[in-house]
Amino acid sequence: MSEQDKKTPILDKRSSRRTFIKNSGLTVGGVVLGGALGSLLGKDSTKTKTVESHVHSEATAVNFNQALMYFDKVQFDTIEAAAEQIFPKTDVGPGAKELLVAYFIDHQLAGNWGLNAKEYMTGPFFPTETTALFGHQTHLNRQQIFNLGIEALNAEAQKNYDNNFAALNEDDQIAILTAFEADEVPLNGAVTSGFFFRLLKSATIEGVYADPLYGGNKNMEGWKMKNFPGHQMSYANIIEKDEFVKMDPMSLNSQHNH
Amino acid sequence: MAKKLPKTDIVLAGVGWTGGIIAAELTRKGYKVVGLERGKERKTEDYLMVHDELRYQQRNEMMQDLSKETLTLRHDRSKRALPYRQHGSFLIGDGVGGSGEHWNGLTYRFFPYDFEIYTKTVERYGKDKIPADMPLQDWGITYDELVPYFEKFETMAGISGEANPHPEVPEVKYPTAPLKETPSMKMFREASKNLGYHPYIAPAATLSESYTNPDGISRGACQYCGFCERFGCEYGAKASPVVTVLPVAKETGNFEVRTHCVVRKVLHTNGKATGVLYVDTRTGEEYIQEADVVVVSAYVLNNIRILLNSKLGRPYDPETGTGVIGKNYAYQMTSAASTGFFKDKEFNLYAGTGALAGVLDDFNGDNFDHTDLNFIHGGNIALGHYGKRPISNNSVPKGTPGWGKEFKDESIFWANRSLSVGSQGSVMPNKENYIDLDPTYKDQFGDPLIRMTFNYKDNERNQQKYIREITTKILEEMGADMITTPGDQGDWDTTKYQTTHNTGGVIMGADPETSALNNYLQMWDCENVFVPGANAFPHNSGMNPTGTVGALAYRAAEGIEKYLKNGGSLV
Repeated sequence: MSEQDKKTPILDKRSSRRTFIKNSGLTVGGVVLGGALGSLLGKDSTKTKTVESHVHSEATAVNFNQALMYFDKVQFDTIEAAAEQIFPKTDVGPGAKELLVAYFIDHQLAGNWGLNAKEYMTGPFFPTETTALFGHQTHLNRQQIFNLGIEALNAEAQKNYDNNFAALNEDDQIAILTAFEADEVPLNGAVTSGFFFRLLKSATIEGVYADPLYGGNKNMEGWKMKNFPGHQMSYANIIEKDEFVKMDPMSLNSQHNH
Repeated sequence: MAKKLPKTDIVLAGVGWTGGIIAAELTRKGYKVVGLERGKERKTEDYLMVHDELRYQQRNEMMQDLSKETLTLRHDRSKRALPYRQHGSFLIGDGVGGSGEHWNGLTYRFFPYDFEIYTKTVERYGKDKIPADMPLQDWGITYDELVPYFEKFETMAGISGEANPHPEVPEVKYPTAPLKETPSMKMFREASKNLGYHPYIAPAATLSESYTNPDGISRGACQYCGFCERFGCEYGAKASPVVTVLPVAKETGNFEVRTHCVVRKVLHTNGKATGVLYVDTRTGEEYIQEADVVVVSAYVLNNIRILLNSKLGRPYDPETGTGVIGKNYAYQMTSAASTGFFKDKEFNLYAGTGALAGVLDDFNGDNFDHTDLNFIHGGNIALGHYGKRPISNNSVPKGTPGWGKEFKDESIFWANRSLSVGSQGSVMPNKENYIDLDPTYKDQFGDPLIRMTFNYKDNERNQQKYIREITTKILEEMGADMITTPGDQGDWDTTKYQTTHNTGGVIMGADPETSALNNYLQMWDCENVFVPGANAFPHNSGMNPTGTVGALAYRAAEGIEKYLKNGGSLV
């Protein structure tokens, strides 16, 4: 349960939002504005009970999202360890592991993103004829790149330290990732270790800060660290303020259960 | 065998801003319009879950599915072009409303200088100012002639703004008051004034207040929710075709939109178009829609592609500089941006809207003397308050590692303590920057992709050096504790988002030898084909193009009506 939920019952939030909609001077009912707001207003009166029961059940809920769609156990452990080095736990707050970033990456790889479904994957491919300025030019999709990258992380770990990547200490893990970033580890003619590293790094940052609906950013802890309020209806009363306004973040779940 | 459908007055290939404006203008005059749209239907309710940075920004929810169709890219003619496999430098939209659904909403008018850029440059600096490889051209229309069309677009969209105080820029009266000014915008205004510049609040299509336009369309005020560019507006506060012109066209009963329909070719015989060939991607069936007028109203790049694949107009040849389709492709440059870090201030940077910015034009167009400078034109300079989202907002001072403990703590510390002063640098045409058909790569139907040959040339690189000193100076004056200044503009990076302000390729002008369209956006070589859009720009200016695109679409709508009444070439 998030901080926000502990402090304010969801019903209070809902009624304040309803007040906002009434007071905001929007001309609902015009040619276009029936739109998103119209349906919000429509739903409002019917959903009260559903929302309430949602609050009660959350206290004891198991996170059913914590299971694997794509990785095997070794792959998961490797990525969990690598992501933690990219975004580690510090005094400022939790790291990738606590934020469930490895689950986020697993789930992303299992779908469109992992299969490059909305990208041009037609040949011919010329992966070695190009510079980084032309981006992804390999025939490999992200699932395949992660498979290769994870194998290589563990092969480097075995070669240099006689153990799998996840079992190494922090310094040794950082040393391997640094070598990957600098393209110093041969991966495969079709993709470089640096390319894999950049993919892993961007996926890690996404897992820290994407809406929790995707499985990472546990309890919006990523947002809380950065003082990002997530999904809010309006900042019209904040936008001109000189002082920094901190607020409890809201996720899209609050919109969906509205 | 394609199935032939009953003839209509006007068929649109693409239903975004230009198609939408033309549909609204012509259907209300009683003409029948069929709009063919590659993507899906859109409505405001679609955006209930829009505050999702991963889906809309990182995964490009509203953009074209590149697995079906993309383009190829290279820096110069000596190289093999490689496919744009993932979205990067620019984002091509699709779906009803097109890029007009996910734009920022910054709505400027190009300057009087822009429309007569060749004449005015020669007048002030002499012919030698223009490099031999820069095919700089007047547009075949003046600012004064375009004013009524600018006004139409601004009134329809309800643009919120204040007058640009620069003495060289014509005054514009906007239908609604400017957006709210944030503390950081005030700092920008103050600092720029101290330096002798002319800052103001940028004109915005994200409404500052409730507004009813002359068509009777009412929209509410922007809520500064921080999810605007790349996102659709869940309030309808951001002007888009879906909440402005399309309902007007639909209301007449004369407008039919067919979604999931991809136009492959304009069909033509003896210099006249008969209609278009399209595929309904849901049934896989091919159709011919005949029409008296064909409007090629997709995004810039797709307009060029449709014409090249239709063998309509004379393709540009960079060897000789002759031909017009694909000529004068231009872009913009965003690399003069500096970032300032303010250790004792925290700003509400999560809030904002796509068109919320302080801006100045002291170093844009020909508003400053270029006599002793090694470039022409320039760019606007702005501090945007668009809403910073956490996946993409990780500004850290120079020298900070890119990952690990220090990166994490620093990126979190500065998230609400860093401000950027950026510039939209203009790009002048170059003989070697152009678009043709790719010899190798094909789309889902086996039609050739287009090939973009583009790089930043000396004019742009010199401009960037000049402007970045100004953006840095402004941040110094604003009191930044640390400033990250940009390096030189390198070769074009196709992977890093810069701007979706692609222009040219089917340009307008006064001479059929050097332009594809007359000043009604009517093709010189095919009088019943109109090609509105930023493709018509003979060069790109240093500001957002949509205001000018909108004005030209109203001009084209007028031309289409004239053509339907009287026929023939309008100029």
